[in-house]
Amino acid sequence: MTDMNDNRLSSAKQLETLRKTILSKRDAEKPIITVCTGTACQAYGSLEIYRRFVEELERQGVEGSVLETKSTGCHGFCEQGPVVVIFPREICYVRVQLDDVPEIVSTTVAGGDVIERLVYRDPNTQEAIPKESDIPFYKRQMRLVFGNNRYIDPREIDDYIALGGYAALSKALLRMTPGEVLEEIKESNLRGRGGGGFPAGLKWETTRDASTGSKYVIVNCDEGDPGAYMDRSIMEGNPHAVLEGLVIGAYAIGSHDGFVYVRQEYPIAYENTMNAIDQARDYGLLGSDILGSGFDFEVVVHRGAGAFVSGESTALMSAIEGKVGEPRMKYIRTAVSGVKGMPTCLNNVETWANVPLIIERGAGWFKSIGTEGSKGTKIFSLVGKVNNTGLVEVPMGMTLRQLIYDIGGGIPQGKKFKAVQTGGPSGGVLPEQYLDTPIDFDELTGLGSMMGSGGMVVMDEDTCMVDTARYFVSFCCDESCGQCIPCREGLRTLRDILTDICEGKGKGGDIEAIEDIAEVMEDASLCALGGTAANPVLTTLKYFRDEYEAHIKENRCPAEACKALTSYYVDPAKCSACMICLRACPTEAIHGEKGIVHWIDQEKCIKCNTCYEVCPTRFSAVRRLSGEPLPPPPAPGTKVTREKKR
Amino acid sequence: MRTMKAAVSRAQTKGSTRASRAVKKTVGRYNADPDMLIQILLDLQTTLGWLSPGVLADVSEQLGVPVSRVYHIASFYKAFSLVPRGRHIIKVCMGTACQVRGAPQLVNVIASMLNMKPGETSEDRRFTLETVNCLGCCAMGPVIAVDGVYHSKPTTEDLRSIFKGAR
Repeated sequence: MTDMNDNRLSSAKQLETLRKTILSKRDAEKPIITVCTGTACQAYGSLEIYRRFVEELERQGVEGSVLETKSTGCHGFCEQGPVVVIFPREICYVRVQLDDVPEIVSTTVAGGDVIERLVYRDPNTQEAIPKESDIPFYKRQMRLVFGNNRYIDPREIDDYIALGGYAALSKALLRMTPGEVLEEIKESNLRGRGGGGFPAGLKWETTRDASTGSKYVIVNCDEGDPGAYMDRSIMEGNPHAVLEGLVIGAYAIGSHDGFVYVRQEYPIAYENTMNAIDQARDYGLLGSDILGSGFDFEVVVHRGAGAFVSGESTALMSAIEGKVGEPRMKYIRTAVSGVKGMPTCLNNVETWANVPLIIERGAGWFKSIGTEGSKGTKIFSLVGKVNNTGLVEVPMGMTLRQLIYDIGGGIPQGKKFKAVQTGGPSGGVLPEQYLDTPIDFDELTGLGSMMGSGGMVVMDEDTCMVDTARYFVSFCCDESCGQCIPCREGLRTLRDILTDICEGKGKGGDIEAIEDIAEVMEDASLCALGGTAANPVLTTLKYFRDEYEAHIKENRCPAEACKALTSYYVDPAKCSACMICLRACPTEAIHGEKGIVHWIDQEKCIKCNTCYEVCPTRFSAVRRLSGEPLPPPPAPGTKVTREKKR
Repeated sequence: MRTMKAAVSRAQTKGSTRASRAVKKTVGRYNADPDMLIQILLDLQTTLGWLSPGVLADVSEQLGVPVSRVYHIASFYKAFSLVPRGRHIIKVCMGTACQVRGAPQLVNVIASMLNMKPGETSEDRRFTLETVNCLGCCAMGPVIAVDGVYHSKPTTEDLRSIFKGAR
């Protein structure tokens, strides 16, 4: 038997001994260099930076004084990538470039001094903050699920075990009955982090009680909500936490087979999961007789092939059977009849990752965090028009304002906040008056939006709300599986109406038609995706009806964003003929030369906003016009009239 | 367009030997398990760049799954292409975070620079331009991935050099 290898752990004691052995090899005084290699930092070149560190330590002959150079998963502060943190002093360097590496090695690693230039600076106070956990972005978070990412090389199971990983599994399998594990989860009131917020314990119980035959458990990492990427970062950065939660759940439910379903768009998550499964199996933490408990569990990884609707539980289960991922009516819950007609319990990545924490520290501890109805923390992907974009984990009940302003650092370039979109295509937009709303499952639903998987897209004055509604509707239109008429035809009609409004072809009665269609879709769609697909339209209508009316009645886009209703114009009185916009224009639509006022050829202009963005703010010569006539271009060869600053 | 049609018809009449070998190997790796049909097609899409009618027929035969079901899956999921694609794949992220940071304008810029629409493959099969729903790196938006390499907030100048580098 090949699985009878030397590494297998067959008791709680052996796991604890292994942990102590790993720790004994680590000198807590010696520096550890961690380089974030999450997807965003990798895109900024962090893998090369990691390799450069290894080379540079050797070149400078100081590799002996360093305990380890580690590539970790996502730390969450993606805006500032690539991020390098040097432990134990936790010195955090942001936006590190390859050429900075030799200096970091000689000055910080060998010399112990901080390099001011690479330290994060608070954009508001200009204060330099060298320690990672002192940075406001991190300081106000509570990183229970996500926090270990920064200490762990996701490809090394020993890193996870060193931090106490799999201790919860050992406790559950060896010191608790399946019933006790289930009761603990029920008691904790853990609610599903994937969308609906259904109590996980109840789902587990239904699956356990469903029948005596085979049962399945599933990790849903088909994170399709545009604008949300926390599941990706957990699966990439700490896959063992998810596996540990899954095995504990399987034990409570009485399942011996599980699946992890990962989007194929997440190749690193897939690789790291496969690798983690191999390593866990090697240690006997998966497979037969786990930790000598007599409990057997195996897991298979499936990749999704790119369909938003496949994240819906019934559709995902069809995909696991090798069929087309289309939803079915849930007359019978998947907890009773799921994969191959067997009881199946599906939770998303973040939900499973919470399970080991609850088992280890107890339901009472978990319940001490959060609000009345929503316990624990939630990871949000704070993105869009906000200064500190990234992943943030906060206790349930924090207000939108705290999240966007205290952690997110507010809106860039002094622009005005307009709305925040939560819950992805099934959610809605919330305007400024709700910024002090505490965020939890029930509060957001009460306002017509939802928690969803935790996408939080901030929008400023430049974002058109009608266009936002059109965006979500066309997203769902492309992703609708087409089985039921309310979703398929409803979305298509909504898209046509909204597109017309954005193009200045809106007419009286359009708004009423939108409301009618939305109602039918909500009542009659086959699955939750269709039933909620009109939410973004309804909430934008509820809170920004005046924007719809400006489009329809005045042919004006108040955000100056809708292409058909907006023109770009260079103000001859302000243009300094600096050639910047002219060079940046991708279609060569801007004419002029040094000293000669520039003008835009409206025939060639594709309204890409590039000229508006690149025009230096001291000139602000490029203007966007909507709902007003375009002035004629200046006579050819008009000289610059703008007075030079003295 | 002619070259693409020729490639399709070649593949229809007879799966190329390279494709046949790839099918056999991939199906074998998954023990010819019909539940793994999607996984097999994903691997073949990666290896071959597209799924020809010949490949679909081979998969159907070797897994004992009706070709209608294989085709249903291959046409349902976005990851599969039933026509040959370009040598370089440009994916423009249209996720919400990228959307509010100007992804629609970016697509326009790229489309006008390459003189092709999203979803198209250039005639010389140098580029395929695609829009995708979310690449999951929202903090970098707007973001594009060219042959799997991510580029954050590319300027017109960046794009010119990226495209020039992709021969």
